[in-house]
Amino acid sequence: MSAPLTSLHRCCQRSALLLHVARQRWSSSSASPPPLHTRLLLFLTQRFYDVEMLLSWRSQLMRNQLQKKNAYYGYTQRFYGLDLASAYFILSLKGGFRFAGQSEWFYADQKGKFSWDFLNHKDTLLEEVDMSYTVINYRGLCNLEGQRSLRTLKLRGCPEVDDWLLARLHVFQDSLEDLDISHCPRITTGGLAALRNLKGLKRLDVSSLPGILSPGLVIILLEEMLPQCQITATGYDYSLNDAQGEEEEEHMQRQR
Amino acid sequence: MSAWRLRVKLRSATGLLVSTRPTQRHTSPYGPLTLCRSLSTGSHLRNEFFKDLEAQLAAFRKKAADALPGSSWSPLQINPNLPPERADIVIVGGGVLGWSIAYWLKQKEMVRGGVRVLVVEKDPTYSQASTVLSAGGIRQQFSLLENIHLSLASADFMRNINEHLGVLNEDPVDLQFNQSGYLFLASEEVAHIMEENYSTQRYAGAKVSLLSPTQLKQKFPWLNTDGVVLASYGLENEGWFDPWTLLNAFRRKAISMGVIQCCGEVTGLLPPSDTKTEKLNILTKKPRVQMPNSLEYQPVECAIVVNAAGAFSGKLTEMLGIGSGPKDSIAGIPLPVEPRKRYVYVVHCPDGPGLDSPFLIDYSGVYFRREGLGGNYIAGVSPEEAEEPDTSNLEVDYQFFEEKVWPCLAHRVPAFEKLKVTSAWAGFYDYNTFDQNGIIGIHPLINNMYLATGFSGHGLQHSPAVGRAVAELILDGNFKTIDLSNFSFRRILTQEPMLEINIV
Repeated sequence: MSAPLTSLHRCCQRSALLLHVARQRWSSSSASPPPLHTRLLLFLTQRFYDVEMLLSWRSQLMRNQLQKKNAYYGYTQRFYGLDLASAYFILSLKGGFRFAGQSEWFYADQKGKFSWDFLNHKDTLLEEVDMSYTVINYRGLCNLEGQRSLRTLKLRGCPEVDDWLLARLHVFQDSLEDLDISHCPRITTGGLAALRNLKGLKRLDVSSLPGILSPGLVIILLEEMLPQCQITATGYDYSLNDAQGEEEEEHMQRQR
Repeated sequence: MSAWRLRVKLRSATGLLVSTRPTQRHTSPYGPLTLCRSLSTGSHLRNEFFKDLEAQLAAFRKKAADALPGSSWSPLQINPNLPPERADIVIVGGGVLGWSIAYWLKQKEMVRGGVRVLVVEKDPTYSQASTVLSAGGIRQQFSLLENIHLSLASADFMRNINEHLGVLNEDPVDLQFNQSGYLFLASEEVAHIMEENYSTQRYAGAKVSLLSPTQLKQKFPWLNTDGVVLASYGLENEGWFDPWTLLNAFRRKAISMGVIQCCGEVTGLLPPSDTKTEKLNILTKKPRVQMPNSLEYQPVECAIVVNAAGAFSGKLTEMLGIGSGPKDSIAGIPLPVEPRKRYVYVVHCPDGPGLDSPFLIDYSGVYFRREGLGGNYIAGVSPEEAEEPDTSNLEVDYQFFEEKVWPCLAHRVPAFEKLKVTSAWAGFYDYNTFDQNGIIGIHPLINNMYLATGFSGHGLQHSPAVGRAVAELILDGNFKTIDLSNFSFRRILTQEPMLEINIV
């Protein structure tokens, strides 16, 4: 008789312990305060509206800085003329250019320093412009619009070059012969359709554009659209691995 | 099931209580009942029993607390889909224009939570909405300055769409904008109109160029320039995009800013109760929002109603008696917006124009554009006034394609003689029977209803700019960026149409 009583007693004790533990889990533990970083994160999660506001301010600030860099160099144009303004714009964005009739390139180095010798060549049009890996965007292109005899434009790896900038390249449709837009992440097929206006294009580089979904087909259509142009399109994986991977997945699903 | 398990556990527990030896038990006196789980040790069983007991005690405690007075539970459930009882601005119509107005209202409010906006859409699947059934093109080649400015502003908006409609931690908006431009072809009779329009467009800042037939043949060798005297070609800011993406981008951003969305139909606009029946100024105070497939409704008290219902806007103003007054009074003039059905045919042609094909519009009215990269095209034409199809459904008439669309297409592009219609759809234009241009502004009789409808096929391309204009009208009292006072309802009262002088 005592044996079942003792085991019953043990069961009740255990249930009491369980209830006590469960209640403790629900109430705040007063054993020790959590570490500083946990407390900070808890504080931030309770004020997520403010965190969202701060993050959106930060992105707005970065956008404003980008727009400032690509602003219209009106004063420079007024005092020094169209060509020098374009030259100054290119150098301040850490690009490089070559004047028409000259053979030396004017570059700005990594820190943004450049020589002011280009001021000696007043009213000379630009022939080749290298803006690779700069932050030029649609707004910035308005500084280059006056260069009607631009022959080469290199926009390799520019993170802000998108379809709208490609559509604006129609201002160079008579003179542009060499265009390099490889490695630009924001270009898609719709933007490549805008290159139809550049009928004088002789060399086009569209390698490694991550925004294009079916590169093989797009390259073929581009070649049809620009018959006199030599198109370079490396860095794409034309293999059928994707199709094989999908087949394997289907097979495994059917097995299940 | 749980009661059975509890009973089984109790029985096995009593079995344990009977035997005091804490040895392993592989069988129990109630064999078949305990075969559902392995009885390896007694303590494991006891823990499970207490866990289940724990959960049941918690549920019992909750039910007891709810049943006692002082709790907020009630057996009468309120429909959670009803709109709120009060809102500042109710936008009737959840198409791209309605959501654009909602976004701009929230964008322009000075204080966070300053304007309480409710968007009422009767069909969340958008099966009959004009927005998603549109061909999705945007162009600046209009003859009215306001239209050109609206298109330019909308293109500007779409260029910076992630700046405007980007939400934190969500994917960026990809409109799939094809920068292919529009190409209008003019015959001899209408070439002078095209030249005038060209100068207006250039004056307004649109990048358009005129092409002669020889230049046209050089640029587009697949085109047959028979009968074409002049062509107008858009170089920039023109093309087509995905309207569903734009609608969802507006919606997502507006909801993230606090716009309330309601799925229901506005079936009544009650004027305030303390007014006489013979009224000169009607104020819509309480639009009645009815739930789909039910008789349940909720009157929403509001200050302003925005009519962005598209093809169905005429029905909304009819609810207030506009159009059913005496013949010579203002109340006798109905809102001249009605649905008109337009067909869009998807065709497949393997040797058709390639990546450079623009949105081509012939002087006969037939248009086509490339769709995707697989040789598919979208084509259609606006039917004559006398042959308007029936608007009670969205059925497609394929005979219309054979008779009206294909001959002109095949004449203009010889490669299209060998094409195959793969599918088609129909959509409504919110057709303004008066002058086929939008009506934006306050109705003269209804003091607090803002109209933003009647765009007759241009609603989608003007939606960002019109949304901003209507938000300026509501919050600032006047147009600030683009002056659209020429599009007010006044021109319908004074019978002065603002016609688009286009070649089609």
